[in-house]
Amino acid sequence: MMKKTTLAFRPAYAEFDIHQALSWIAGEADWIGLRYVRENSQRRAVRNGHPEHNAIGLSQGVMVEAWVDGQIAYAGTAKLSAPGLRAAARQAAALARASARHKPFALSPRQRPPSRGRFAGPALRGLDTLSLQEFTDRLMAACRRLQVSDKIVNAVAEATLVETLSQYASSNGADIDQQTLSVSAHFAATARDGAEIQTRSLNGPVARCQQAGLEYFDFAAIEADCEQAGRQALALLAAENCPAETLDLILAPDQMLLQIHESIGHPLELDRILGDERNFAGWSFVKPGDFGRLRYGSPLLNVCFDPTLPGGFASYGFDDAAAPATREYLIKDGLLLRGLGGLESQARLGLPGVANFRAAGWNRAPVDRIGNVNLEPGDSSLADMVASVERGVYMESNISWSIDDYREKFQFGCEYARLIEHGRFTKVLKNPNYRGVTVPFWNALGKVGNAESLQSLGTPYCGKGEPNQIIRVGHASPPCLFRQVDVFGGGL
Amino acid sequence: MSFVDTQHALFDQLAQAAFAGLKPGEALNLGLSAEQQTYVRFNQARVRQATGVAQSRLALSFQCAGRKLRLALDLSGQADLDRDAVGALLERARHEARILPEDPFATPIENHGSSDHCHTGDYPDASDWLAQIADAAAGLDFAGLLAAGPQIRAAANSAGQSHWFSSDSFFIDYSLFTVNESGENKAAKALHAGRFWHPDAFADTLADAKRQLERLRRPARSLPPGEYRAYLTPAAMEKLIGMFSWNAVSYDAWKKGGSALQKLIEGGCVLADAFSLRENLGLGLAPRFNSLGEMAAEAVPLIERGRLVGLQVSSRSAKAYGVPANAAEPGEGLRSAEVRGGGLAEADALAALGTGVYLGNLHYLNWSDPHTARVTGMSRYACFWVENGEIVAPIRDLRFDESLYRLFGPALEALTRETHLFPATDTYHGRTLGGCKVPGALVGAFRFTL
Repeated sequence: MMKKTTLAFRPAYAEFDIHQALSWIAGEADWIGLRYVRENSQRRAVRNGHPEHNAIGLSQGVMVEAWVDGQIAYAGTAKLSAPGLRAAARQAAALARASARHKPFALSPRQRPPSRGRFAGPALRGLDTLSLQEFTDRLMAACRRLQVSDKIVNAVAEATLVETLSQYASSNGADIDQQTLSVSAHFAATARDGAEIQTRSLNGPVARCQQAGLEYFDFAAIEADCEQAGRQALALLAAENCPAETLDLILAPDQMLLQIHESIGHPLELDRILGDERNFAGWSFVKPGDFGRLRYGSPLLNVCFDPTLPGGFASYGFDDAAAPATREYLIKDGLLLRGLGGLESQARLGLPGVANFRAAGWNRAPVDRIGNVNLEPGDSSLADMVASVERGVYMESNISWSIDDYREKFQFGCEYARLIEHGRFTKVLKNPNYRGVTVPFWNALGKVGNAESLQSLGTPYCGKGEPNQIIRVGHASPPCLFRQVDVFGGGL
Repeated sequence: MSFVDTQHALFDQLAQAAFAGLKPGEALNLGLSAEQQTYVRFNQARVRQATGVAQSRLALSFQCAGRKLRLALDLSGQADLDRDAVGALLERARHEARILPEDPFATPIENHGSSDHCHTGDYPDASDWLAQIADAAAGLDFAGLLAAGPQIRAAANSAGQSHWFSSDSFFIDYSLFTVNESGENKAAKALHAGRFWHPDAFADTLADAKRQLERLRRPARSLPPGEYRAYLTPAAMEKLIGMFSWNAVSYDAWKKGGSALQKLIEGGCVLADAFSLRENLGLGLAPRFNSLGEMAAEAVPLIERGRLVGLQVSSRSAKAYGVPANAAEPGEGLRSAEVRGGGLAEADALAALGTGVYLGNLHYLNWSDPHTARVTGMSRYACFWVENGEIVAPIRDLRFDESLYRLFGPALEALTRETHLFPATDTYHGRTLGGCKVPGALVGAFRFTL
């Protein structure tokens, strides 16, 4: 009998022995670190009942770090032979030597501790437990459920599955092995009636992201959600524009993820506060002296950096400087406590930080990344929140995002909204947008959803750094109520 | 052997082996994207991070019995290992092709001809160069990125097509910062790019940026939200024109209901006569062949005198919708956008603006209402309040929310005669090829909201 083709694909790589590799190059600089990353990814997508993408990607390589005269420089290569790694180590050492005279800060191996350990993601069902045929059939079925009417002109069901192995070893004794399976999914329906076009998806574009196995795909639930999304896309066609008013605003967890990401995550990155990012994404309104002093939000605001969250899209045991990952409060009872910075930024600023010095792949040097940044649940149910609003708007699923280079003035848009009148949901609203300024906005936080309403989401597309890097981040949040926010709709 | 020569030999070897191993009914396209780069990140005129990267990504597009699989791998440079890895991927593709449903929009793999372009460059060794830049910027609050090295794009297929493009070049994309008389941070942006390093040319850009800083040191002015006359410099225009690549001129996006130019495409509105946009691969910023090896015309007109005359159409869209393809990339964005210049001399731009806002650059643009081509974003870098044709003060940054239909429609008063080339500076995964060429724009009304 022919063996079933499952989703698993593990070509017979020549085994990479990181310790042997380190022994080949350990003498090339005062200190050497070696990060090996292997990633097998696949993207499966169907559109309007036809295959759209069936793609497999294999990536493996190493980033060599060389410390010379207080400067660390890097060289990335996919040539894993002894000559290939020696060439990379010599290049990294030469760059470190040449730039040492121009270093901004004297780094030392103290910023690369000799940590040893293992981390494995929480996946229960591996890619070898489901056939490609069945997975494709399930995506097709979800796609059909999105197509609730002839007015659905585009229906997409898509999943990305990524197996990652990251190993790190250094000449001062670090030895780390981390393995994860990351899944992300996107299901969306676009409806059209004449010139009116509206799109509705499950939680916004690729917000369903977890470290998990195939158990993540509860296709019965997904299909039911798809049918609801198709119907909501139709409802949006006939909906009124979101009014332009100052109103109370409730944001669902799938919009909170973006609000947290842009207006808490990025401004708290310590390398950003240090100015490393100024030529690209920008600086930050947060100053080093704000930690422990700035009233970032209302007393209901509690935000943690939590790489230990099981299933979080950016959970890990160690960052790429070998710092052990721990859960830390960034904001407690509204007060800013701690920034998002790894060991290098902590040493440069003399401030505490977190283990978030991470690279997007073997070909990039690490920088301070957001990771899992989560808003702690409060004690309100969504029903309580709605009941407390005389006139307001409830928004779901991010679709538009923009914020200034100091992370203050933002404008965000969502797919779907409901008007709240006299404590009840009334009309569906289309093209909902809102704008505000970071600190006043978070200080207008009036209610925070309870633990039952918390959702853990994320995005694979957090961009940062020069050279640019895209990395996975996770955000868990309940729905939240903000008082008196400027909301508005579409139109010229 | 140089990196380029080594990659060429490896690619040819892998292609030959892969095509020879195909079975009847199978077809294969190979695409190579490779680079050997030095990336040096500066902060406060010091080297924050220096990274060398050599990487080669081979993309395989495999077709069999109406099924299409895309596969990709990082090449190790060791021909035997890479050949085995390609073989394993093709074997997997054969298995999947037996299982997956037929793809009615898979386009046949055909011979789109051959081409070979190799552009060489000359610049200092990285170790010397970073010191030169750091020394030139010493005493300035300089932050930015040097990226330098050869980039390769190649495509070959089992029907006999073969294209090769390599370019050895660099860019220094940077910002200079200062604190103005109001105690606020202000910055000027500059880009120096090319294939041949001329220290004097870099020094000229540095001198220009320093002159901008002088103006930025004046006390800043806060403008209340509202509509203002505005002059958008070419750097600001480059950001706005970038939005056209985000589902605006894509045929597929339009058919899927995702184009922000739906009303322009379907005849609901037109832009100003002065506005013409085309894909111009003749600018030399990117190869004329796409990742599938399909050769585009040197120029593809898209908007002519305010009217839509074409869209970017990939071969897949062509098959799906029964229209001719124009060798657009599968994503149907613009690789080399060009906006035709107008009649306003740059030197006269401030006088023509009279009183209004000079926008040196824009930041973080996104569609806020795609149905009306409305874009939101921020002012950034050298932005000034202008009165009677004279710069009066830098402004505090403002959020805008404005429709391209208005901006490049009734509000567009003039485009500058001079157009400026902006080579791409994106470095996600690897350095991007391409860029755009745009003029400055004078608009009668630009809407700020926050």
